[in-house]
Amino acid sequence: MQATLRRPGIDRAILRQRAEMLARIRHFFAAREVLEVETPVLSGAAVTDPNLTSLTSCFNGPGSRNGQTLYLHTSPEFAMKRLLAAGSGDIYQIAKVFRDGELGRHHSPEFTLLEWYRVGFDHQRLMDDVSALIRQITPASVPLTEQRYRYRELFRLHLGLDPLQTTVDELANCAQANDIVVPSGMPRADRDIWLDLLLTHCIEPQLNPAQLTFIYDYPASQAALARIRADEPPIAERFELYWGGVELANGFHELNDPAEQRRRFEADNHIRAQRGLPLMPLDEPLLAALSCLPDCAGVALGLDRLLMVMTGKTRLADVITLPFE
Amino acid sequence: MASYSTNEFKSGLKIMLDGDPYSIVENEFVKPGKGQAFSRVKVRNLKTGRVIERTFKSGDTVEGADVMDVDMQYLYNDGEFWYFMDQASFEQVSADATSVGDSSQWLKEQDVCQLTLWDGVPISVTPPNFVELEITETDPGVRGDTSGGGGKPATLETGAVVRVPLFIQPGEVIKVDTRTGAYVSRVR
Repeated sequence: MQATLRRPGIDRAILRQRAEMLARIRHFFAAREVLEVETPVLSGAAVTDPNLTSLTSCFNGPGSRNGQTLYLHTSPEFAMKRLLAAGSGDIYQIAKVFRDGELGRHHSPEFTLLEWYRVGFDHQRLMDDVSALIRQITPASVPLTEQRYRYRELFRLHLGLDPLQTTVDELANCAQANDIVVPSGMPRADRDIWLDLLLTHCIEPQLNPAQLTFIYDYPASQAALARIRADEPPIAERFELYWGGVELANGFHELNDPAEQRRRFEADNHIRAQRGLPLMPLDEPLLAALSCLPDCAGVALGLDRLLMVMTGKTRLADVITLPFE
Repeated sequence: MASYSTNEFKSGLKIMLDGDPYSIVENEFVKPGKGQAFSRVKVRNLKTGRVIERTFKSGDTVEGADVMDVDMQYLYNDGEFWYFMDQASFEQVSADATSVGDSSQWLKEQDVCQLTLWDGVPISVTPPNFVELEITETDPGVRGDTSGGGGKPATLETGAVVRVPLFIQPGEVIKVDTRTGAYVSRVR
């Protein structure tokens, strides 16, 4: 039998492995009574995160005489939280999501995300869940070890500095000491950009690709939609998973304070304004529902990247059926 | 010269960095899930050939380099400069020893070379992949040996020294691969 059909982007072995991965995921959640849901891809509101750009479309029809701008979701998070707030209980979704501007070896403007929420979990318990899922869907031939680091611990370990307290000058010196020619126009006022530079250039390449590496407890300034724990300094209850040299998942102990959420959305839009980016309409239905959001943790896991790592491929385009051109 | 944003980066794009022209060898889009996106590029210095790594913030712009590759005929060397001519316009340019570099040992008058011009000035010269040059000096040929095994050094009319089979005689013309400096065959 021929492994590859005579079409680029169609590898029969990969097609089968993808189908198997999806079946195992559904089996994993069925066994735990987590409900599969579907939510709209199109929304009148959008993510405000200044580092994410939504693709836009336009609806013309009844009720929208001049056309209504609709954003393609970058993750099904807002809609799923409305379901949780309405009492859905544990839920998961396998969704196509869209991100403008992201294209590269490990990025595609359209990709498949697995997102799930567990009521009563915090980010620590959800990491256990992520680990269990990956072990269940990974072929038994792939040995899996695991390591968990606090964000702070990881910077101390690899760069010998405290990411929560170091000044921007020290971060810049550290970048230079590690042979990074610092990009021009790196704003001095924004510590997180410097942390991102060091994380992507100096730390990520040093993570053992053979093991599942969880990084958790992020700086409060990188909380996104996670709860902030009142430590000294405060910590965002957020985690990321790396495997095979790529970031696979991002999870939160979910914030359910609508006032705090609105402040963060508005702060995002403020940064957008400073950077000359368009302001995003806030998701008011989400904000209205958030006070009813049960204590829960949620995570989004990139399935194309997971399939890429599991099959030993090096480019996302090797595992996406008919990749973006 | 136009400037390019990181969105336009692709291999082969010529850009200016620290006052030198560079060509992008590889461009990688890097982005932490919730953070700043970067373009991490490998670039080749078109003057020195050295490859270095650079990082740009996504959306940053960089000035383009006015660099082009043109085919030109080699005319002569006056001891200081090598002169080349555009066969269509008959315009001539002169290249100095730095830009000609090791290519000088393969340059034969009338041969067509590829020149990389930056703002109209040659910064590198690439000889044809194969050149035919006469042997000016080598040990006399050993009759009967046609195996090509072993070999001996031979000096060519341009001054280059290559290893040739034992049967090759002074005065013969041979074909050489300039990329490896290896003897290919006898000519004629």
